Amino acid sequence: MVNDLKTYFQTEDGVVKAVDGITFTLAKGETLGIVGESGSGKSVTNLSIMRLIPEPPGKIVNGDIRFDGIDVRALSIDDVRRIRGKRMAMIFQDPMTSLNPFLKISTQLMEVTELHLGHTKEQARRHAIKMLETVGIPDAKNRIDGYPHEFSGGMRQRVMIAMALSCDPELLIADEPTTALDVTIQAQILELIKDLKARMGTSVILITHDLGVVAGMTNKIIVMYAGKVFEQAPTRELFATPANPYTKGLLKSVPDPAHEEGTELYQIPGLPPDVAHLPPGCPFSPRCERAENVCHREFPPFVQINENHWSLCHFAKEVYAESMRERTAPNVTEAQIELNPLA
Amino acid sequence: MNENGNTLISLQNLQVHYDLGGGTLIDRITGGSRVRRVVKAVDGVNLDIKRGETLGLVGESGCGKSTLGKAILRLTEPTGGQVFYGGKDLAHASSSEMREQRKNLQMIFQDPYASLNPRMTVGQIIAEPIRTFNLSNGGNIEAKVQDLMETVGLNRRFTKRYPHEFSGGQRQRIGIARALAVDPKFIVADEPISALDVSIQAQIMNLMERLQREKNLTYLFISHDLRAIRHVADRVAVMYLGKIVELGEAKTVYAEPLMPYTKALISAVPIPDPEIEAKRERIILKGDVPSPINPPSGCHFNTRCPYAIAECRQIDPSLVEIKPKHYAACIRISPERPHIDENAAAGLGVVGEGTPEIKKGS
Repeated sequence: MVNDLKTYFQTEDGVVKAVDGITFTLAKGETLGIVGESGSGKSVTNLSIMRLIPEPPGKIVNGDIRFDGIDVRALSIDDVRRIRGKRMAMIFQDPMTSLNPFLKISTQLMEVTELHLGHTKEQARRHAIKMLETVGIPDAKNRIDGYPHEFSGGMRQRVMIAMALSCDPELLIADEPTTALDVTIQAQILELIKDLKARMGTSVILITHDLGVVAGMTNKIIVMYAGKVFEQAPTRELFATPANPYTKGLLKSVPDPAHEEGTELYQIPGLPPDVAHLPPGCPFSPRCERAENVCHREFPPFVQINENHWSLCHFAKEVYAESMRERTAPNVTEAQIELNPLA
Repeated sequence: MNENGNTLISLQNLQVHYDLGGGTLIDRITGGSRVRRVVKAVDGVNLDIKRGETLGLVGESGCGKSTLGKAILRLTEPTGGQVFYGGKDLAHASSSEMREQRKNLQMIFQDPYASLNPRMTVGQIIAEPIRTFNLSNGGNIEAKVQDLMETVGLNRRFTKRYPHEFSGGQRQRIGIARALAVDPKFIVADEPISALDVSIQAQIMNLMERLQREKNLTYLFISHDLRAIRHVADRVAVMYLGKIVELGEAKTVYAEPLMPYTKALISAVPIPDPEIEAKRERIILKGDVPSPINPPSGCHFNTRCPYAIAECRQIDPSLVEIKPKHYAACIRISPERPHIDENAAAGLGVVGEGTPEIKKGS
């Protein structure tokens, strides 16, 4: 679906390669997770798919984006508008700022179906109420005439989801949909997305920095760093046997329930990279524990590990073999974890 | 006041109430609120913080955890109760006394972008508390600042730089260096890692743990991130709408949570392991945290609690030691019957302690 996408930004500091070659396909009903730290290019990837990159300074300089056979890059702005919001929709991170504070919820929700499905005011209103009920807003009939400030963060995120799903989109892009929310509300929202996906067969791209969120929600995962795909694999395989030092570092730096008392948490040294000034060689090499001379000199190859498992690393095969060995090592606490993973 | 040698800070019935007005004759005539509206951000908290420990404080946004942290340092004025530190009641200390105490009590803030003055160099920012309290002892302030920067893992040559030249994680290190400048005994860390990238969060947590060992610091670590709290905290206090509802050793609270709220919170945390996630059963709570303006009567959690019975709306549960060193506030459990699901299955109603709500409103 997306083939070798590259989106660059022209800045005073020179060209920033925000997304520099990403390829993936997403089947109907599948969920793809895109994981990365700030500046890794995960949001830009999806803004590119939605053709929401401001031009200038940004530009999609290369790649093929196909959505159900349609060449998205070749579409005119009018044609894009016909698809966006209807066949592909997006949920943004911040439910506080992505609704218009001056308009009633009803106005904002009805606009979508009036525009895309040609609903009359009355039809649109009925549909909007139905959508609010679907996403679990109590008393939707009355709440629909409220303003965004009258809703809590979790409720606003539900309104956003209702809006995104109004036209039964085939693709839903959720950019950090729960980052601004508390865990109990996060659990509600994730459960809702899962449930809607099961009922409507929507394909989902879930962007997040939280490995916990993607673990339970996705079929496959792309790990991004400095605009590059560092690793790409089916979810279980990625967690069980990562083949990239960055992925391994990320997985290890999350506080682990099986972690021994009093031991230090694993930390990836150094800082996330400045995408405008990437080091030569592998962009992760300054922070990588196993970096050798070649890593500082040459850009690493994208190595195929298994059918759907790729890793950008000079030592991908070695890292993978290591993970395999660690995997087969006896894990005494596993039974215990399953009962209560946080204990 | 049950302060013993082991307790560094003891909170006694600490309250922070914000009066929003309403309920007066004029309000009734002018169409204002008919009842007096009070936000009970912190509502009678009793808590001992032990010397050298990290006490984790968790809860959803709006539950009052930041206000509690600020009230201890008097950055927010408590409206009732006491804060004992070294035998003195800080809540009623004069401002000059309080100022003196700030040498011992410091804070690290959530937002590393907003908590550093953008027009001061990093050197000035870290030196400010040293100058304020005259702690240089005639020595070289510059050298002390550089040592502090090194302690928190920053290059000592960067004293002339401004905050905007640093990343979020580095700024948080500057905030930590500033807090350490006065050699404090106690630090309130209010969501110190929430604004940071995952790989940087681990760095800051490790730094804080290292500093604690080296300088024998005591932390109140406030966070909504239960995984982080599990990692750094020795004991955990769970807060809900102004009250502590569960308190205990971190290990036991996470392994065997007693309160239905704590159970739900822990079950909501996503685990970075797809195998576990596939098998897990979640307790999904209904709805949001209710408004802290005139919160639900009785147990504040009753509106979302799957185990709530009629009495939960009438009785205000007390924080009771259910198991050794493990406290919970729920009338459906008791030291004899600590398992709420068993009690509910057996059809037992009230088994625990509480005080009946006499009348709403203060």
